Amino acid sequence: MSLVARHLEANGIPTVTFGTAKDIVEHCGVSRFVFTDFPLGNACGRSFDSVQQHEVIELGLRLLETACAPRTTVQTPAVWSDDDSWKQLIFTEEQPFLSGEALENWLAAKQRYRDKKSKGEL
Amino acid sequence: MSEHVRYIDRTRDYYLSQGYDKPYEWAHHTDAPFAPLPKPLAECRVAIVSTSDIAIKSPDGSRDRSHEFGVGNVYSLPSDTPLDLLYSRQEHFDQHATTLEDVNSYYPVARLQELVSRGRIGSLAPRFHGVYTGYSKRKTAEADAPEVLRRCIEDDVDVALMTPV
Repeated sequence: MSLVARHLEANGIPTVTFGTAKDIVEHCGVSRFVFTDFPLGNACGRSFDSVQQHEVIELGLRLLETACAPRTTVQTPAVWSDDDSWKQLIFTEEQPFLSGEALENWLAAKQRYRDKKSKGEL
Repeated sequence: MSEHVRYIDRTRDYYLSQGYDKPYEWAHHTDAPFAPLPKPLAECRVAIVSTSDIAIKSPDGSRDRSHEFGVGNVYSLPSDTPLDLLYSRQEHFDQHATTLEDVNSYYPVARLQELVSRGRIGSLAPRFHGVYTGYSKRKTAEADAPEVLRRCIEDDVDVALMTPV
């Protein structure tokens, strides 16, 4: 995602990236970044909370209007829950990230990638 | 409020524990390009570019379960696709903590339509764009990103909102 944002910026189209993985987006480096400290999946605000979703989007719009240099990050004030156990458990042996069908789909997608690569399609 | 999750460290350790001995190398740059906003947002045409694997249900309401997608090219959806026909095929989110049931929480099309109605942004581009991730940084940078740019230029897009899952 960040790589595409960078390409659009380099070619004159301003972008703002909404994300929940602060380190990954900032490691790549984008022009403007709205960080929400939520579990992976709801970068534009809590599900079915249109008020909060507007607050998140509005921060991005203000960033478009006011940021004067790249790598500008703002963090939304949204808090997922009082209980931060999701932060402790994500990507741990105790709580596998993918399981069952999702894990099989991921492994199958990896294999399709290898197949396409070996055929020179990628 | 505890510190944000350090996904680069966390995923490296996690996949090492799962037997993958070659850590994923996340894209890294010390600089970043910057395009200034060319005109007031109220006059701008806005597009969403998303890696949320957003898709349109079949006419009978069914969802694509084939998962043949996920390795491929840029695709586009009409920005006026009815909200109840949109869903995400993405499985790489925190399934233990949340869901992707509300499209607007990662693909904020209804919120943008409201912002157009209020005059906060000018208009929506006719197409929004999807990009698949996780297979090749080189291909993303050299093939997919130029294709997204081409489509945005074709649609006279002024601003792009980037929404991963």
